[in-house]
Amino acid sequence: MKVSVIITLKKDVLDPQGKVIHQTLDGMGFNGINEVRQGKYFVIDTKENDKKVAEDKVEEMCKKLLANLVIEDFKIIGSQ
Amino acid sequence: MNSSVITFPGSNCDRDMDVALKKFGFKNKMVWHDDTELPKSDLVVLPGGFSYGDYLRCGSMASKSKIMHSVINFAKGGGKVIGICNGFQILVESGLLPGVLLRNKYLEFICKNVHVTINNKENSFFKDFDKDTVEFHIAHNEGNYFCSNEQLKEIQNNNQIALFYSDADGNIDEKNNPNGSIKNIAGIFNQEMNVLGMMPHPERMIDPALSGEDGSIFFKNLINNLK
Repeated sequence: MKVSVIITLKKDVLDPQGKVIHQTLDGMGFNGINEVRQGKYFVIDTKENDKKVAEDKVEEMCKKLLANLVIEDFKIIGSQ
Repeated sequence: MNSSVITFPGSNCDRDMDVALKKFGFKNKMVWHDDTELPKSDLVVLPGGFSYGDYLRCGSMASKSKIMHSVINFAKGGGKVIGICNGFQILVESGLLPGVLLRNKYLEFICKNVHVTINNKENSFFKDFDKDTVEFHIAHNEGNYFCSNEQLKEIQNNNQIALFYSDADGNIDEKNNPNGSIKNIAGIFNQEMNVLGMMPHPERMIDPALSGEDGSIFFKNLINNLK
C-alpha cells in the first residue's frame, strides 16, 4: 500500500523560501497571492495491505524521523 | 583526558577538531558513526560538516545513526558532549538539546568571523573564561535557532543560553545577528549543563598564523575544567 504524506512548516514558523517564491511569482505577474508556504511530499510504499495499519506506521515514521514536530506538521493525505 | 570525535558520512570538520583537541592535550580517538560503542571518553564531540548531505533536515539522519545511542546514553549519564555547527544540528534532532536550527533568515550561506558573547560561565565549558566576548568563525546555511515561546521561556529560566551573537564590545542586537536566530542565540546547553551545542567553530581559531587565537582559549579552558 502506498501512503502519501505532506509535511509543512507550522503557521508561526518563518518560511523564507516560501517568501522568495512568493516575491518571484509576484514579479512574474501572478498577482493576488496572499502567501506561499513550501513543504515536503513523501510517498511511502509499504508491504502492508491494511490501510489503517499502514497509515499508523507512517504516522509513527513522521513523528520519529520525517517531521520535526517543533517546527513542522504532517498530514497523511491518502493511501492506495 | 580522553576525547572522541564522531565521524558521520559527510562530516568535514572532524580532522580539524582532532588537531585542535590534541594540540591542547586531549588523547583523541576518531569514532565511526556505524560503531556501536564509544571508547572511554571524558568528552564526546560531534563535528561540523554536512552529514548525510543535509538530506531531509540537517542532522536528522545522523541523529538516528548507531553510535548516537551510545552518545545519548553517555550524555544522559552526565558525560560532556559538544556539538559544533552540524553537530549542534544533530544534538537538537536527537532531542539532547531543545529547539531546532532553521534555514538562515536571508537564505545565504554565511562564512565569516563573528563575535559571540558568553552568557553563562557556570559550567565546565566556559568556567574561568577570561574574556566575555570572543571571535569565532561561522560557516552555515541552517543556523537560525528557533524554539517555541514555552521552550524559550524554559531555556531562559534555566540559564541554558550559552552564547549570543554580538559585536566586539558585547552588544547583542539585531544588527549583529547574522542568521535570524531568536534572541541572537549562537549556542545553548541542556538543562543539566553537560551538553553544549553551538554554531561557531572554535577549532578554526587555534592558530594565529591562520586565523585568531580565541579558539585556543576555549580548548585550554575546556581541558583545565574537565580535569
